Amino acid sequence: MKQSRFGAWLAIAIGTVYFVLPLIATFEFSLRLRRGEYSFDAYAIVLGDPRFQESFLYSTIQAVATIIVGALLVVPTAYFIRLRLPRLRPIVEFITLLPLVIPAIVIVFGYLRLYNSSSWLPLTATTRTSDLLLTFSYVVLALPYMYRAVDTGLRAIDVRTLTEAAENLGAGWTTIMFKVIFPNVKVAILSGAFLTFAIVIGEFTMASLLDRPAFGPYLQLIGANRAYEPSALAIIAFIVTWACMGLINLFGRTPAMAKR
Amino acid sequence: MAFLEIKNLRKAYGANNVVENFDLAVQQGEFVSFLGPSGCGKTTTLRMVAGFETPTAGNILINGKDVTNLRPNQRNVGMVFQAYALFPNMTVEENVAFGLKVAKRPADEIKSRVAEMLALIKLPQMGARYPYQLSGGQQQRVALARALAIKPQVLLLDEPLSALDAKIRVSLREEIRHVQRSLGITTIYVTHDQEEALSMSDRIVVMSEGRMEQVGAPFEIYNYPRTRFVASFVGTLNILRGKVVDGATGRIEIDGQQISAAKAIPDAQPGQIRSVALRPEAVTLRNGAAGSANQMRGAIEEVHFLGAVVRIRVRFKEHAISLDTFNNPSAPPPPRGEPVTVQFGREDLLVLEAGESA
Repeated sequence: MKQSRFGAWLAIAIGTVYFVLPLIATFEFSLRLRRGEYSFDAYAIVLGDPRFQESFLYSTIQAVATIIVGALLVVPTAYFIRLRLPRLRPIVEFITLLPLVIPAIVIVFGYLRLYNSSSWLPLTATTRTSDLLLTFSYVVLALPYMYRAVDTGLRAIDVRTLTEAAENLGAGWTTIMFKVIFPNVKVAILSGAFLTFAIVIGEFTMASLLDRPAFGPYLQLIGANRAYEPSALAIIAFIVTWACMGLINLFGRTPAMAKR
Repeated sequence: MAFLEIKNLRKAYGANNVVENFDLAVQQGEFVSFLGPSGCGKTTTLRMVAGFETPTAGNILINGKDVTNLRPNQRNVGMVFQAYALFPNMTVEENVAFGLKVAKRPADEIKSRVAEMLALIKLPQMGARYPYQLSGGQQQRVALARALAIKPQVLLLDEPLSALDAKIRVSLREEIRHVQRSLGITTIYVTHDQEEALSMSDRIVVMSEGRMEQVGAPFEIYNYPRTRFVASFVGTLNILRGKVVDGATGRIEIDGQQISAAKAIPDAQPGQIRSVALRPEAVTLRNGAAGSANQMRGAIEEVHFLGAVVRIRVRFKEHAISLDTFNNPSAPPPPRGEPVTVQFGREDLLVLEAGESA
C-alpha cells in the first residue's frame, strides 16, 4: 500500500514540476523588466498598450459572437440528432472532430479560396464580412468542444419525454427549443462557451491569415519585437484561460436539476 | 355517438404488427384501462391517440372529429407520462401554467387556473418549488395538474404510478380516480397492474400481443374471462386439463375424478382434452357439512400463511390447485400431507375456449 501511494505521489510531483516550472520561470522572467529588482512594469506596459486593449476587446466580441452562433447551431443539431436521427450520430460526431484533425491553416486557405473577393460569395471583400468569416471559422474550430458539451448536457435530461410533454401541451418547435431545451442545457452550453472563449482568445492562424486585429496576432507581434512583455502576455493569457476553467467548474457544480 | 372512437387501428413496424384490429368506443366521462403485459401494444395504442405515433391504418375520432393525422399539439388531449416529464427548469406553478401560456391565455386566467389545479391535487403551498424538491408522488400529482390545466378533451395516463412505491400507488390511484370523476373527463389509463385496472376502471381492455383479448367491466373481466390469457393474466387462476365425459352437461374428468361446469363445453366430444379454470377464492375445504356440487379428494401439499389470507395447495394426481381462505385464529391451517376434500360450485368452473393449451 505504501509503495503504490508513493508511486502516485511521485507521478503527481513529476507532472506538477513539468507543468508548473515553465510557468514559474515565465512569470519570474516577466518581472525582470526593471533592472536589479522585480516589478510589474511589463504588465503595466502591456495592459496600458492601446493595441492590447483593442485586440483583446475585438477577440472578446468575436468569442461572444462565436458562442452565440455556435449555440444556435449546435443545440438544435444535437437535439434533432438525439430525437429524430440517432443513426446519424456517429457521422455528426465524426464531422465535429474534423477541426481537431485538419490544421487551422488548411481550413483558412480553404475559406480564402471559397470566399475571396472574386468568388461567388466574397466574404473577404469588406471588413465586416471578414469579421463574419472569422466568426464562422471560430465556430468550426470550437465545434468539437461545443458539440460534446451540449451532447453531454442533453444526455442528462430525458429529451424525448420532455419534448412530448411540451408538444402535448400545445407547444411548437420554437417554444420547445427556447423554453424547454435551452434552459435545461444552459450549464452545458456555458461549459462549451468558456472553452470556446479560451480557444478564441488565443487563436492566431485564422485571425492572422484573414488579417483581423485579434488578440492572437497581437501576442505574436509582441513576442517578435519585445523581450519581457511577451512573458507578461503569456501569463495574462494563462490567467484568462484558468479563469474560464474555474468558471466551468463553478457552473458545473450548480445543484443539478432532477432529470424527472 | 361515442366521445372517443378508435376504429380498426393498426400499427406495424415493417412486417411486425405491434397493434392490430383495435376497435374501441369510449363514452364521455368514462374511465377505460388498457391492461396487459409489457410489449402487448397498450402504450403504442395510447401514443397513437396522443399523436406521438402514426397509425399504419385506422382512425381516431374525438368528439366526432378525425384527429388521426393531427399533430399532438393540435389534439387538445392531456397526457401524464410514466417518468412525470416535469420541466426541471420551471417551478410547479410554471409547469402547471405552461400549456396555458402557450395558448396565450390572459395572465389573470392563468393565475386562477393554476391555483385551482394546485388545490385540486392538494398541493396549494408547493407552487414555488422545483420538481427536484418534490417526492415522486408529488411530482406525479403536479404532472396530472399540468395535463388537466389546459382542459383537455381526453386525459391519457401512461403507467403513471409504476415508478412509485406500493403505498403511494394505492393512495394516488384513488386520488386520480376522484379527480377524474369530479371533472367528468374521458380517460384512458395504461397499466400492467391488474389491481390498478380493476379498482379504477369503468371498463378494461385486456391486450395481448397487439390484440384486444376482451373488453368489459372489471367484474365481467375477472369473473367471466373469455380466453385463457385473460383468465390467467387477471387474478390468479388454477388451470386444469381433463378428458371430456359429456360436453352437453359440462362434465369433465380430471385425475380420475369427475366434476361439472354450469355450462356445456362447446364443440366437445367425449374423450377430448379440454382446459377448465378455477379461481382460488372459489374453492373451499369440505368440513363435513353438506358440500357443493363439485368435490375432489386430494392431500395438502403446501400451506402459505400470508397474514389475513392463508393459501393452501392441494395435490391430486397430476394436478394441484391453490385455494385461498381467510385466516381464522381459532382454526389453524391443516398440516401438510393431510387428506382433504375440496369443493366448489359448478358456476365457479370456467370453461376455456377450445385451442387454449396448458
